[in-house]
Amino acid sequence: MTAQALEVTDLRHRYGERESLRGLGFSVAPADLFALLGPNGGGKTTLFRIISTLIAPTSGTLEVFGVDVVARPAEARRSMGVVFQSPAVDPWLTVIENLRHHGYLYGMSGAALNRGIEHALERFGLSPRASDRAGALSGGLRRRVELAKALLPEPPLLVLDEPSSGLDPTARRELLQELRRLRDDAGTTIVLTTHMIEEAAVADRVGILHEGRLVAIGTPRDLVDAIGADILTIDPAGNAAALQQKVKERFDLDVTIVGATLRIERKRAHEFVPKLVEAFGNDIASVSVGKPTLEDVFTHHTGTRLSS
Amino acid sequence: MMLAVYSLWRRDVVRFLRQPSRIVGALLTPVIFWFVIGSGVGTSFEGGFLSYYFPGSLALIVLFTAIFSTISIVEDRQEGFLQGVLASPAPRFAIVLGKALGSTTLAVLNGVLFLLLIPFSGLTPGAGNLLAAVACVALLALALSGLGILIAWPLKSTQGFHAVMNVALVPMWLLSGALFPATGASPWVRTLMRFNPLTPAVEILRAVLTNTPAANLASAAGSVALFALVTLSIATLLVSRPSR
Repeated sequence: MTAQALEVTDLRHRYGERESLRGLGFSVAPADLFALLGPNGGGKTTLFRIISTLIAPTSGTLEVFGVDVVARPAEARRSMGVVFQSPAVDPWLTVIENLRHHGYLYGMSGAALNRGIEHALERFGLSPRASDRAGALSGGLRRRVELAKALLPEPPLLVLDEPSSGLDPTARRELLQELRRLRDDAGTTIVLTTHMIEEAAVADRVGILHEGRLVAIGTPRDLVDAIGADILTIDPAGNAAALQQKVKERFDLDVTIVGATLRIERKRAHEFVPKLVEAFGNDIASVSVGKPTLEDVFTHHTGTRLSS
Repeated sequence: MMLAVYSLWRRDVVRFLRQPSRIVGALLTPVIFWFVIGSGVGTSFEGGFLSYYFPGSLALIVLFTAIFSTISIVEDRQEGFLQGVLASPAPRFAIVLGKALGSTTLAVLNGVLFLLLIPFSGLTPGAGNLLAAVACVALLALALSGLGILIAWPLKSTQGFHAVMNVALVPMWLLSGALFPATGASPWVRTLMRFNPLTPAVEILRAVLTNTPAANLASAAGSVALFALVTLSIATLLVSRPSR
């Protein structure tokens, strides 16, 4: 059996009283695009820092292509490209100097390095800015330098922490396209953390991380299908809790309060709407029915909403 | 390994060339102190203080440069640059050595600039002795850069660095023979001076710059080398350890 690109077993991390990872276990197959979806503070960044060998887990193991990151960090680092949320570029060096420096750190040199740099500059549209200092670039451009850097040694695994935070929608789309191209053309395994549904939705597989636990994992389609119902969202005209109680008693079903709205999972929800409105029309400002999205998957498993 | 050392060294030099004021500042204070205090005490000090104080000022310049230059580690951590280096497969010793050599280069540069003032000090070392002084400056700078790295490594802000500077590093320099000889000092000061890792370096600088033959030059040089080995080793251990 060939090794998984990433194999996580009962991973825990505790810092003082704070337990940020509570026994994670999952794996990512080679050439998969895997998204770790979760709110800020859910443990994503801790996991990212353990994968990139910057911090050690309290217990459990994490292997990159069969190499334990704690026991053999140097070897694990060699097969990974890491894209940090705050770009790890030197503002006083030019774009090309930053790339060259990164290549050296990964043992690249000579013609191979020069070719790699040229290719990276072109691929990310950085050629016109190659001689500018990184500190003079916009946030989006700096992010591209960071990505170009990480891909320079052509790592089989690319890990990215919130790669599209601070990017405008166009730049975000381009980034996701680039990542998919990388997976298809080079067979690169991609693991990214995100708190954005749109980003997770394009992944081959998604893991939902909530309060240090993996609450669901699968393809976006499987996760959505697993709910097996429509989502009914009620915007109450008055007190949400009071309406929740009334609906529960009258129809005998699960009603959860999410933010300021009531949420019901139900098959053929459109047939239920007339009954609901007839019974509590005065208490309801609006009702909507929708097919579940990944957002609903998150709410289904955690009882909270991902985005505000 | 060598590529990583070279790259980190080169980065420090390039950064220096783009903002030289940060490091040249480490030169000015000791030069002013040397000139004002040296001329002020003047001949109240036997043999003239301007010349006695010269080797000690050179040591202070090396100390300031090494410390000011390694302080950038704290900023590198805040700005995010450092995490990129740490996530790379570069050997941890190469990371320490690259940084230390960068800082050493700047310290040697500042030291040489100060040595250009030697005609004003009343000292008349020969060319060979001047070269020996530069070599000693380089070795001492390597040791102090290692010390700077291991101080800067756990710090969250540069403010902490200034505290360490005032509480530990400046006293270390004061008690190295830079400002006064051990002979007339009270016993406890003499004891501290004997075990101060900076003392042998100041002894060497004084011996070669004043043309005074010293018997223990080789062992003093060995002490400075050992000082460098110890600080660089501890720094490497510190850098190798993943944080919690």
